[in-house]
Amino acid sequence: MSMNNQGRPTRPEHAEGSADTFTGNRALMLEERLIFEIGAIDRTGIDLDEMPDSASRLGGLERNRSIGLAGLSEPETVRHYTRLSRMNYAIDLGLFPLGSCTMKHNPRLNERIARLKGFADIHPLQPVDTVQGALQVIHELGEWLCRLTGMPAVAMSPKAGAHGELCGILAIRSALEARGDAREVILVPESAHGTNPATAAFAGYRVEDIPATPEGRVDLAALEARLGPDVAGVMITNPNTCGLFEPDMKRISDAVHAAGGLVYCDGANFNAIVGRVRPGDLGVDAMHINLHKTFSTPHGGGGPGSGPVVFSEALAPFAPLPFVEKRGDHYALIEEETAEDHHGSSFGRMVAFHGQMGMFTRALAYMMSHGADGLKQVAEDAVLNANYILRSLEDVLDAPFGKSGPCMHEALFSDKGFAEGFSTLDLAKALIDEGYHPMTMYFPLVVHGAMLIEPTETESKAVLDEFIGALRSVVERAKAGDESLHGAPFHAPRRRLDETGAARKPVLVWSEPEQVEAAE
Amino acid sequence: MARYFTEDHEWIDIEGDHATIGITDYAQEQLGDIVFVEVPESGTVLEKGADAAVVESVKAASDVYAPVSGEILEGNDALADEPALVNTSPEEDGWFFRMSLSDADELEGLMDAKEYKAFVDSL
Repeated sequence: MSMNNQGRPTRPEHAEGSADTFTGNRALMLEERLIFEIGAIDRTGIDLDEMPDSASRLGGLERNRSIGLAGLSEPETVRHYTRLSRMNYAIDLGLFPLGSCTMKHNPRLNERIARLKGFADIHPLQPVDTVQGALQVIHELGEWLCRLTGMPAVAMSPKAGAHGELCGILAIRSALEARGDAREVILVPESAHGTNPATAAFAGYRVEDIPATPEGRVDLAALEARLGPDVAGVMITNPNTCGLFEPDMKRISDAVHAAGGLVYCDGANFNAIVGRVRPGDLGVDAMHINLHKTFSTPHGGGGPGSGPVVFSEALAPFAPLPFVEKRGDHYALIEEETAEDHHGSSFGRMVAFHGQMGMFTRALAYMMSHGADGLKQVAEDAVLNANYILRSLEDVLDAPFGKSGPCMHEALFSDKGFAEGFSTLDLAKALIDEGYHPMTMYFPLVVHGAMLIEPTETESKAVLDEFIGALRSVVERAKAGDESLHGAPFHAPRRRLDETGAARKPVLVWSEPEQVEAAE
Repeated sequence: MARYFTEDHEWIDIEGDHATIGITDYAQEQLGDIVFVEVPESGTVLEKGADAAVVESVKAASDVYAPVSGEILEGNDALADEPALVNTSPEEDGWFFRMSLSDADELEGLMDAKEYKAFVDSL
């Protein structure tokens, strides 16, 4: 018999009989067919008036067959998507070990502010005199970001972390070209985010790896040995993907600057140090900040993102347009037409308009509701929670950098010690049965069978303890060689999926059954 | 015919001044199910250590390097339709590409089967 934490029985003592049902549903776990299998394409859920007779002006380009969309009524449509949504896992359902990379708790106050009509119902092409409040939000958010990072300038328009990386690298390229010193190589440590080398390559640089030390940090000696007149700069993720702070950051920056290069810091993990460390003090020249990771804007499912980039004095002149500038009581939008001499070196634009307004209002609401001291506590609680997980599980799981000191906001484990034939994938699937979304798996690449867990700052000790209990249980099964793990998940809407088949032969469009037969 | 191995888990068969290259059984096992392989076009001239091919599994995407300098003679086109050959026959049918060998001295420093086994066991 299993018990929940109040001691009430959660399962009858004698559960017998078949669980098969006529519908395939399992009580509140409802099966759902594809939308094309519910609504036939020759039906419609809405009554439309007959088209009046009128001369066509399409000159023979009229559609001559059905568009082929399934016809559903409104309640059928609502039910379809509601049923699908119930098969999903969400931060509003429970602890989410992927952490802020995907989405952390979004305080509802942010949503209330973002829905104010003056923010929600405006258009980027409105006259600036009619959107002074919105421009003030962009400006004040930028000031907060500069203050928190210790950097003098910020570009608000980049739409996501990787977009911000590109913005920073383009500014570095512009600065180097402006001094007639085009360089070819960007150095990227093994402990950096995977987007970093991709960004550098996309911007036209050759990427060279810098190895990690056995402690999971940048190998300073290897970096210093590689610096030279062909190195444009480094891209360092700090805190890094091994979950560790780079204590040599200042020495790294000094060495890069001494060799004539510039320093890009991937600030995705700023949520672990906000209010405690100012990257500007560490010699960083450019850094993006993912508003969803540090300042709790919504993000799950790939967007909308926002990745403002802060710049040092050296790079500030090259920052992309547009800017919001405060002139007396007035907020001015600085674009190509209104840019004056002091923005003459800007490398151009990253986006058509001004950035993600809906994210700006939410992020500023988060900052102002927390205050400077509250933001500092966000970082401290995020780090405390991750260390609680690290230390609570290191007796059963291998923590490759557990001896490197405290982790930051993420706890990293390897698959060392699992029974022969058992993998991180098996453990992740079993965790689904326990009612959790799996953690980040097989990343960072420097750790075998990596499991990277970020609990985030909002989880209570009770919630963490329950998660630790669940993870400990599946780890013990993996170490004991419990064969049933290979079959997990047992309780999800679908059992273990054929990931190989899905990657090799993906079926991305629905075809009518007749067509399928005809094709065969 | 002599077979050599690299620390990047590639094998190299040498026949005269031609080399056939693939990834080892250990590499395919670590990668898991291979879903995509991109082989180089014939005629491509590569320096030792340059990116030659790409292999993607359900877990990760990895580069395959040219273990020696030379010109690509042929890529294994069968891998485009059946990347799983790398899993089922990594050291025979699942070869990646053949290349000319421009400098036989580059083979020095590569491992033989016994040394490679010891290397894998040390990981």
